[in-house]
Amino acid sequence: MNLLIKGGRVIDPSQKMDDTLDVLVTDGLIKEIGKGLVAPDGVDTVDAAGKYVVPGLIDMHVHLRDPGLEYKEDIISGTRAAAAGGFTSVVCMPNTKPVIDNKTVASYIINKARNEGSANVFPVGSITYGLSGERMSEMGELKEAGCVAVSDDGKPVNNPELMRRALEYARGMGILVITHAEDLSLVGEGVMNEGFTSTEIGLKGIPRVAEDIATARDVMLAEYTRSPIHIAHVSTEGAVRLIREAKSRGVQVTCETAPHYFTLTDDAVRGYNTNAKMNPPLREAADVAAIKAGLKDGTIDAIATDHAPHHLDEKDVEFDVAMNGIIGLETSLPLSLKLVDEGVLTLNQLIEKMSCNPSKILGLQRGSLRTGSVADITVIDAAAQWTVDADKLASKSANSPFLGWKVAGAATCTVLAGRVVHKL
Amino acid sequence: MAEFKHKDIIALRDLTKEEMELLLSTAESMREINSRDIKKVPTLRGKTIINLFYEASTRTRTSFEIAGKRLSADTVNIAPSNSSATKGETLADTALNLLAMKPDIIVMRHAVSGSHYFLSAKMPGCSIINAGDGTHEHPSQGLLDMLTIKDRFGRLDGLKVAIVGDITHSRVARSDIQGLTKMGSSVYLAGPPTMMPPGAERLGNVTVCATMREAVQDADVVIMLRIQQERQGKTLMPNAREYSRYFGLNPLNLKLAKPDAMVMHPGPINRGVEMSSYVVDGSQSHILKQVENGVAVRMAMLYHVCGGELE
Repeated sequence: MNLLIKGGRVIDPSQKMDDTLDVLVTDGLIKEIGKGLVAPDGVDTVDAAGKYVVPGLIDMHVHLRDPGLEYKEDIISGTRAAAAGGFTSVVCMPNTKPVIDNKTVASYIINKARNEGSANVFPVGSITYGLSGERMSEMGELKEAGCVAVSDDGKPVNNPELMRRALEYARGMGILVITHAEDLSLVGEGVMNEGFTSTEIGLKGIPRVAEDIATARDVMLAEYTRSPIHIAHVSTEGAVRLIREAKSRGVQVTCETAPHYFTLTDDAVRGYNTNAKMNPPLREAADVAAIKAGLKDGTIDAIATDHAPHHLDEKDVEFDVAMNGIIGLETSLPLSLKLVDEGVLTLNQLIEKMSCNPSKILGLQRGSLRTGSVADITVIDAAAQWTVDADKLASKSANSPFLGWKVAGAATCTVLAGRVVHKL
Repeated sequence: MAEFKHKDIIALRDLTKEEMELLLSTAESMREINSRDIKKVPTLRGKTIINLFYEASTRTRTSFEIAGKRLSADTVNIAPSNSSATKGETLADTALNLLAMKPDIIVMRHAVSGSHYFLSAKMPGCSIINAGDGTHEHPSQGLLDMLTIKDRFGRLDGLKVAIVGDITHSRVARSDIQGLTKMGSSVYLAGPPTMMPPGAERLGNVTVCATMREAVQDADVVIMLRIQQERQGKTLMPNAREYSRYFGLNPLNLKLAKPDAMVMHPGPINRGVEMSSYVVDGSQSHILKQVENGVAVRMAMLYHVCGGELE
C-alpha cells in the first residue's frame, strides 16, 4: 500500500494543482506531493514521466449486472474493466436481479466489491420497489446500507406525483435522486433517434422531445420541491438548454452525458448496427454540438459511461429485438481525451468531469489528491495508441460501437487505495 | 447492358439505375412465359427456394411461389408464427438450420426493418430476397410498380408521381421513392403530418406536399397506400371517415391529375377509405396489372440472384 509515483504531470483540480510532481503514497493514503521525493526503502516506484497523474477517475453511471445477470458482467469483471479504463470508483445502477431496493442487496454488492473487486463500487438504490414505478423504496435504509443515490435508471418514474414525493422524501433522507428522463408514451415503439436516418432505413423513431419533456418535468419538480436532482445520460440539445436555464435560476440540478453522445450520431446505426442501439438513442450532429457546448460551459457536470454490458445473444439479433446499451468503461478515457484535443475542455476541466464533480455530486470523499485522502490515482498516457479489440476487453461483454477504432489515450497505471490494480 | 452482381436483393436503395433497368428488362421478357399455354421454363431447375414469411401475406407469397415454379425451381413455404421471432427459435438459428438444407434462395418477409441484412450475413452462399421488411423496403413491389408505369408511358423518367398515405410506416413508399427517383421521375408525397417521416424530402427528388390536392395536381401516376384502422387509427388520425375525406382518392379529386393519369395501389385495398370503389374499378386503375407484373418481376429477381443464363 506504499508507492511513489515519480515525475508525472500531477493534475488535481480539487486543489488547483497542475505541475510536474511526485506523489508518495503510504498505507493507502496520499502522504505527500512534492518535487524530488525519494522512495523509502522497499517502496515501489512508478515512473510517470510524460504522463498525467490525476485523482482516480469516477464513473457515476454503470451497470455491473451483479446479482442476477452475471452472464453479462459481474462485480469482478466489471471492476476489472473499470481499472483497465482508469476508473477507481464506479457507481452501479439498481436494475439487477433482485433489484437494489433493500439493504441486503446493497450490502452484498458492497462486500463483494470490497473483497473481490478492483475498484470502489458505490451502489444506487431504486426509487421505487422492484423498479415498478408504484411505491417508494426504503430510501433511508438504502442510504444507511451505503447507497449513494436512488434511481429507477433504465426507465423513468412515469407518475409525476410519485416523482414529486420521491424528490421530497429523498431530500429528507439526504440522498440524491438520479432521473432517467424519458416520456415513454412519446418513445412508443421507437428503437432509434427519429430523424432522417430513421426515415431512410425504416426504423421506428424516438423523438428528441421524449427526453426534453421529461427533463423539463423533472427539473420543474426539483425546483418546486426545492430538492436536488441529477439528470442521467443527457443526449439532446433541448435537454442541455433546459438544464442550463434551470441552473441559471438556481435550481439544484446536475447532469451527466456519456462519451457516445459526444462522439457518435445516429449515422452509426446505419447497417442496422445493434451495438449502436442504446437508450437514449444516438442523436444528430446538432445534439452532439450542444452536448459539447454544455460540457464546455459547465452545464454538463460529469462524463459517465452508462456501461451496459449485454451478451452476444442479446445483440446478435434483428435490430428491434436487440437490447439497449453499450459497454463504456474501457473506451471512455480516450474518447473523452479527444475533447481536450478538440479544445472543448481543458485537461483540468476533463478531470473535474471524470473525477472531482462525480465525487462532489454524490459525496463520495474521492476525486482529490489532497494529503491524507485515500490514494485512488490514475496515471494516464494521453499519447498511447491502441485499437479497441473485443478479445482484449476486461469486461465479460463486447457490445461496443467502437470495436476496431484506433484511439489515443490509456490508463497506464490505476491505483486503488495505494494498491496497483492495473498496469500496462 | 449491366451485369447483376448482387447476391441478394434487399433494398432498391442498394441498386443502381442500370441494375434496376436490367431487372425490368428481364421481367419484360419473362412476361412472355406467363402468357404461354404451358407456363414453365427449365431456367431454375434443381434450385431450391424457401419462402419464409414471418408476416401474413397472400399476394406476395403466392406471387413469389408462382414465379419460382414457372422457372422450375422447387419452392417450399414456411410461415413461422409471428411470435417466434421473439419467443421461440431465433432468426439466427432458423438461418443456420435452413442453410444446412442448402437452399439457393430465401425469400423472406419479416416485421423488423433490416432483418434481411442480418439473415444474409448468417447465410453465405444463399441469396436473400426481401419480400418486405418492417417499415423499410419492399423491393419487388417497387419494381413491379415501375414496370407497370413503364408499360403505360414507355419510360420512367420525367413523370410526376404522387404517393398518398402513411409514408412513415410504408415500405412500399420507400422502395417506390428509391426506384422512381433514381430513374428520373419526381415523387410528390401527401398525407397527414402524423404520417410523414422527418426528412422525407431528402430521400431523392421528393417534394412533401401540404395537401393531397397539391400532390395529385397534374400527376402522371397516383399511388395510394393502404390505411389500417388498427395501426394508424390509434393516434395518427381521427378515424377512417375523416381520413377518406381529406386523403382518399375519388373520381372528383382524381380529375386534378392529368387526364390519362394512372392509379395504383399495392393492395390489399380498403375500399372507401384510401380509395373509392369507382376509382379502384375505374378505367384509370392499373391495380390488377400491378399484380400481373408482380409475377414477371419476381421471376426476374429470382433469375438474377441465381446468376443464371437465359436459355
